[in-house]
Amino acid sequence: MPFIANFPFFCILITMFGGILTSMVNNKWAFRINTVIITATLVLNGTLLMFLIKDPQYFTYMMGHYPAPWGNEIRFGPLEALMGTVFSFVTLFSLISGKTEIFEDVKTKNIHYFYIMINLLLSSLFALVYTNDLFTAYVFVEINTIAACAIVMAKENGKTLAATMRYLIMSLLGSGLFLLSIVLVYGITGQLLMVPAHEAIVKLFQTGSYQVPLTVVLGLVCVAMAIKSALFPFHTWLSHAHGSATTASSAILSGLVLKGYIIMLIKIIVRVVGLDIVVQLKAVNILFVMAVLAMIVGSVKAIQENHIKRMIAFSSVAQMGYIYLGIGLGNMAGLIAACFHIIVHAITKPMLFSSAGGLASASHHKKDWGHLRGAAYRNPLAAVAFLIGSLSMIGIPFFAGFGAKYYLSMAAMDMGAKMWVALFALAVSTVLNALYYIRAIAVIFSKNEGEIIEKHKNSASYAFAMVIFIIVNVALGLFYQPVMDVITIGMGLLI
Amino acid sequence: MKNNRFVSALVRFMDGEVSFEPKAKEEEIRRESTHKEKTVAERYYKWYEKSGYQTFKSAYIVAAVLIASIIIGALLLTVSYLPPYGEYANPVNNEVTERYIEKGMEETGAVNIVAGVILDYRAFDTFGESCVLFVASCSVMMLMKKGKKGKTEEMLENYNPKRDPVLKSLAKVLVPFNLMLGIYVVLNGHLSPGGGFSGGAIMGASLILFSSAFGYRKVRPILTEKVIKIVTFVSLTFYAVAKGYSFFTGANHLHSIINPGTPGRIISAGLILPLNIAVGFVVTMTMYSFYALFTKEEI
Repeated sequence: MPFIANFPFFCILITMFGGILTSMVNNKWAFRINTVIITATLVLNGTLLMFLIKDPQYFTYMMGHYPAPWGNEIRFGPLEALMGTVFSFVTLFSLISGKTEIFEDVKTKNIHYFYIMINLLLSSLFALVYTNDLFTAYVFVEINTIAACAIVMAKENGKTLAATMRYLIMSLLGSGLFLLSIVLVYGITGQLLMVPAHEAIVKLFQTGSYQVPLTVVLGLVCVAMAIKSALFPFHTWLSHAHGSATTASSAILSGLVLKGYIIMLIKIIVRVVGLDIVVQLKAVNILFVMAVLAMIVGSVKAIQENHIKRMIAFSSVAQMGYIYLGIGLGNMAGLIAACFHIIVHAITKPMLFSSAGGLASASHHKKDWGHLRGAAYRNPLAAVAFLIGSLSMIGIPFFAGFGAKYYLSMAAMDMGAKMWVALFALAVSTVLNALYYIRAIAVIFSKNEGEIIEKHKNSASYAFAMVIFIIVNVALGLFYQPVMDVITIGMGLLI
Repeated sequence: MKNNRFVSALVRFMDGEVSFEPKAKEEEIRRESTHKEKTVAERYYKWYEKSGYQTFKSAYIVAAVLIASIIIGALLLTVSYLPPYGEYANPVNNEVTERYIEKGMEETGAVNIVAGVILDYRAFDTFGESCVLFVASCSVMMLMKKGKKGKTEEMLENYNPKRDPVLKSLAKVLVPFNLMLGIYVVLNGHLSPGGGFSGGAIMGASLILFSSAFGYRKVRPILTEKVIKIVTFVSLTFYAVAKGYSFFTGANHLHSIINPGTPGRIISAGLILPLNIAVGFVVTMTMYSFYALFTKEEI
């Protein structure tokens, strides 16, 4: 095994250790250590990704001295490395762009705790992406739950505390259902590692024994992950949690935390149960229906919003619908398109949240349309980023979102009745997306009459992060084919 | 020019100046006085004010109970389809448990198979679990701890127990034994049932008993926030470094200097004993800090 195969393990360990180390230092050093560690994970994951693109293969990495069914294990191929890279990238730049606001919003005594949470959150996301063990996944889901609630709570005011409470209750419900499903899997297969569990499940399915528990397991996993990633009708916590938290938290929560669970679900569908069994047990159809509803309801709710961050949060609900639509189609092309949309949304939504934060801080930290009018003239960089992010979310060509919608609709072809529903939902949702994003653009780009424009001074780190986000978004919009190739190869190796 | 007017009209529409929302109340009253006919929206609004809210609330409760009972029923039904408890032919009795039971002692050096499984075979999960405790105690600190200008000594005095002779004399007897039991459970985690989590919980409980019987002043000289931080930090760092080494050597098939030793001895079972101690410290500190933070918002 080449030395490079140690990198995912190093990523998990150094982010975890970074969290532990951060508890001993002051706020300034917390930021520095955090930045260094996340940059290191970006380099490690990026190197691994380059290596795996050149030579597509997967590695099974024993955590300890005992092989597969006895010890813990992580397993990774190009897809996992790609997701790991995206996660480190997005976390790094969300934190850099949101640094000023973190130091303003979070109480001084809590800033280093905030960074502890970020480190542990990232480590749990890496573990969810890389793990090959169901129980390890559950343990890291727990860390993820607590840390995600804590970064919402960090901006301690009434609204965020109430939002955290909602989020915590829903999230714990999701964790509980996930734990139940793992217990059931262990009860009927006696395995916790994904590959041996898959073998056992295939055998059970062929012999026809334990059909009911198997169906229940799938239902529980789907519902648990749907709650965790705010699929309609479990989306009620999302707008409050993401809308009221500090900008960097919102960016990380909607960009990454929701995605970690979806990747886990894709891994369970493909690697543990097997796609054909999932399709035969009809679990994907439930996800499909909820996804279609999410796409429309999320957009309608976003149109009704008067608060820019909550509007973006409801847009996340709709975008989660797109991702679940890909999963719900129940074919490989759909899963690949879903993975692509995960990446698109992961790099676009943090940009939108950060730019909304920038626009709001140029408008006396008010986030309703009345105060945001003309914000583009006060903070042009944020406005440009917001424009590009919106166009990308609507799905205009040359921006990242276009490729995702294109591949989603391509994946829906040849699916019979599902094709018509999916295409109709995509069309309606796109129009609704355009409706609320164009409204937002029109508001921020229209001048107040007789207003003297005071230019808001962005910090250098904010400007740097926004420029990087813009470049990456346009680059992904122009060159989506290589990324799709990596995902396609990775998906083939995932099984 | 024309274009500009269009944009501003669009903005005005989008801004909600022209909206489809139910009108505000004054407007509604004014409307009512001029037009006797009520629109559907107004009727709905009025009904909602009058009795709709209560109706929705009760419907919500009924629906919640209904959905919960359906889910409970479905899950109970699933249980009846599961393999019967304790049968030899159950799927859980496979090669995995077989190796744990038959070779566990030889491979890990731990007489207590559970300790062998959680701290050697599946040590990565346990590392995650101790980090769950860490992240939980950090979030409680974040939420509950007041700033530096927290409480004065007199205010803290209020949290001290009133003179309670029963509690005090019982605690005098119980605390030393409890602490001893906790330490025993941690140190013998690889030999007998127990280990870091359970021993740590016992030690934490005895610290809580001590603190509630004799007051915070007696605890403060030994257990301050700094001490708790340092102990947690050192324990978790030790866990990360030791297990990191073990994972690294295991995955790369390198020779590891850790050997199981003679099963049954107190110094045996490789890393399990030190890891148990580390986990024990983390659990003790977490339990005590939870108690302190939830009672007086300070450690």
